[in-house]
Amino acid sequence: MALKLKLNGTERTVDAEPGTPLLWVIRDELKLTGTKFGCGVASCGACTVHVDGEPTRSCLTFVEDVVDAEITTIEGLDGRIADAVQQAWVELDVVQCGYCQSGQVMSAVGLLTGNARPSVEDINDYMAGNACRCATYQRIRAGIQRASEILEA
Amino acid sequence: MTIETSRRGFLQGASALAAVLVVGVGADGALAAGDAGAQLTPFIRIGADGRVTAIIKHFEMGQGPATGLSTLIAEELGLRMDQIGYDFAPSNPKLYANLAFGQFQGTGGSTAMANSFSQYRTAGAAAREMLIKAAARTWGVDAATLDIVDGAVVGGGKSAPLGDFVAAAAGMDVPASPRLKDPATWRLIGNADVRRLDSAIKGNGQAKFAMDLHLPNQMVAVIARPPQFGGLVAGFDDAAARSVKGFIRAATLPNKAGVAVYAENTWAAMQARDAVEVQWDMSQAESRSSATIRAEIEAALNAEPAYNVLKNAPAPMDKAEKIVEQTFYFPLLAHAAMEPLNCTIEADADGGVTLHDGCQFTTIPHMAMAQILQLPMEKVRINTMLAGGSFGRRATPTADYQVEAALAFAITDRTRPVKLVWSREDDMRGGYYRPAFGHKVRVGLDADGRIVAWDHRIAGQSIMKGTPFEATIVHDGVDHSSVEGVADTPYRIPGMHVGLTDTKKATSTLWWRSVGHTHTAYAMETMMEMAARAASRDPLEFRLEYLAGDQDGNSDRDRKAAVLKLAAEKAGWGKAAAGRSQGIAVHKSFGSYVAEVVEISGDASSGVRIERVTCAVDCGIAVNPDVIKAQMEGGIGYGIGHAMRDEITLTRGVVDQSNFPDYEPLRIGDIGAIDVHIVPSAAAPSGVGEPSTPPSAPALANAISAAGHQVSVMPMASNGVEFA
Repeated sequence: MALKLKLNGTERTVDAEPGTPLLWVIRDELKLTGTKFGCGVASCGACTVHVDGEPTRSCLTFVEDVVDAEITTIEGLDGRIADAVQQAWVELDVVQCGYCQSGQVMSAVGLLTGNARPSVEDINDYMAGNACRCATYQRIRAGIQRASEILEA
Repeated sequence: MTIETSRRGFLQGASALAAVLVVGVGADGALAAGDAGAQLTPFIRIGADGRVTAIIKHFEMGQGPATGLSTLIAEELGLRMDQIGYDFAPSNPKLYANLAFGQFQGTGGSTAMANSFSQYRTAGAAAREMLIKAAARTWGVDAATLDIVDGAVVGGGKSAPLGDFVAAAAGMDVPASPRLKDPATWRLIGNADVRRLDSAIKGNGQAKFAMDLHLPNQMVAVIARPPQFGGLVAGFDDAAARSVKGFIRAATLPNKAGVAVYAENTWAAMQARDAVEVQWDMSQAESRSSATIRAEIEAALNAEPAYNVLKNAPAPMDKAEKIVEQTFYFPLLAHAAMEPLNCTIEADADGGVTLHDGCQFTTIPHMAMAQILQLPMEKVRINTMLAGGSFGRRATPTADYQVEAALAFAITDRTRPVKLVWSREDDMRGGYYRPAFGHKVRVGLDADGRIVAWDHRIAGQSIMKGTPFEATIVHDGVDHSSVEGVADTPYRIPGMHVGLTDTKKATSTLWWRSVGHTHTAYAMETMMEMAARAASRDPLEFRLEYLAGDQDGNSDRDRKAAVLKLAAEKAGWGKAAAGRSQGIAVHKSFGSYVAEVVEISGDASSGVRIERVTCAVDCGIAVNPDVIKAQMEGGIGYGIGHAMRDEITLTRGVVDQSNFPDYEPLRIGDIGAIDVHIVPSAAAPSGVGEPSTPPSAPALANAISAAGHQVSVMPMASNGVEFA
């Protein structure tokens, strides 16, 4: 059935059955592939998008539940917090394989939006649901701290 | 080494701008022939616009070859890193062989930099000489007065971009032995400020992995596989699947290993698969449970070994005053890379096909495609895409998932591209695990606490037997990958006996980041610790004693001792604060030496917290120090995460785990900090992707042991260790 979504600031009409995870609408229907499929059970965070600004696992979010929400994917991410995170990610070469990193960046932006100067504990707590099999965690932590510095400057 | 010279220029498209110069070095290390068509090995493409593209023969799973091999070319060619891009090489083992593997294109064994270091610098140096010669002719000056700096030919008061000379250089002979830069003048090699070339696209979602491919008109296929390994399709009913919107059809794979379910998109394919009812023939299927597999391994450890791998003098265990004995068990492990396995096959206009894949073992899937689709090799192309991790899983001797895709493609009318997608559950339950292994070790000490005998029995499921690699890696029945890290230990251990017995495979087995060293380093390094403790010696001093005596600075023992000392110094060995415990381990693998000190707080019963890991590595010349540090960090996390709490278990042949909730990955809070220190070296570059994994788990075990609990069965969380 046709559904209207507000995605990355524009209205998109998609053809999807109720019960379809937002992840697959974004990836297969809208061809926005920055949002990744990692586990399908909300335990890795690779599929993280923002729903009304809140980091949300798109693999367990039904498309019909977000028709009234503002959805942002990595492709539509912008603003000074996003810029600071992405700048820090490049400065520190956080990535390895990179497959989880869209989700890491989406979560990191969510963290810094609500907490401009997170402690190590804050970071570890907030980012606990974003798995990285390459174990880039130390750099993710440093990247968030660096982004926080950039934002303060 | 025989150097042949060669060259090739070709026009790409009609535009004059598309003149390109390609320079390469052949699979045998020689510069490859120029006009020999497919014989040419292009490692460097330079457009007439001056844009330089490095052609990367290794796949990128995060370990850094796209950046590293580009750096070698940029160094020799006089480019800044922002003046070079990269593409992955097509499949052509004659041109892009891994020089460590013979006539075989593929990535593995931490060889990407080691086998490319000379080859890619030589290609860069050859291109530099040709472009300078072309500029000298154009300008009518002596080539010796010219140089390439920041992507421009400069000299005699002139400066012009490389693109101006591409057409002229393309017609020249490639210099037989181009002069490589003096290492003292390197700007990029060894420069810790050189950044990865793929950071930005991986941080903004633009990086394209094979999973991200959407070809026009493609179908998505998922496979219903048997619940037990070795089950076969007896029949299926897809009536319920037909009501799934987007479902196309279901069909039994020609080898009966599963039912392919085709749909218009991934979600429909997954939904339809759930709705297909398959009847399985389990008569030939694996039906053992993990307890049985472990019992078989332990029985083998207690019997005479099938193979005496090493027998140094008669092991004089009877001369020992004290014997330290321990039995170890290492379970099956899944690789669980972040990107579930997938690949896409599409028909080409000439009747051939292209495989789009995060392709690790290029030559094997290439041959498999040709065989299954009955195509000549030249009609099978491979488009290597970024891979979302692998840890060895994408390199199988059977090309398992590419074969599935080929079979699923073969039984269609071959007009629509077929994208094969595995779910996380498929990936977790798909076999090709790190095999289960057991070790039983007895170390005899004399009255002075010196080792006089070391009896080491290993039993487990061979990785290499029954594969095409058996001929090169299995000798006299011994699969070297089962005993590497023990039988060839650099420690000068007297009276060492190593025995091996193969046990029956429960599932397909596969190398897993650091192969045999995943278990051998653990057994060696925790035994050294136990022996040191039994001898009332400091574990660091005790190890150094068995690495002493060479003192030429370059021997295995000296290099191993040097990383041990550096890690100990940087970690403040022996100076842990109250409530903290330290453990140390060192191991050589893939030509590199890594020592690690793990510092924990708490203990096995109150809860262990990993506060800090200090790592020292000697991997020869450090081409990109920051990538090396990243690989050490990642390899440590990979080793420790699995040692803490992961295992694959079987109950009557069925894999008990299915997804991350029951194969819990290392999480961000699990390791407090990792410090990596690189030993300066002028030795040839050696591996970095794997060597930090082997010492990580034993260093953690030794720290937990220092806090009062010996853990010899993995994973630790299931064997008496609480983690905070």
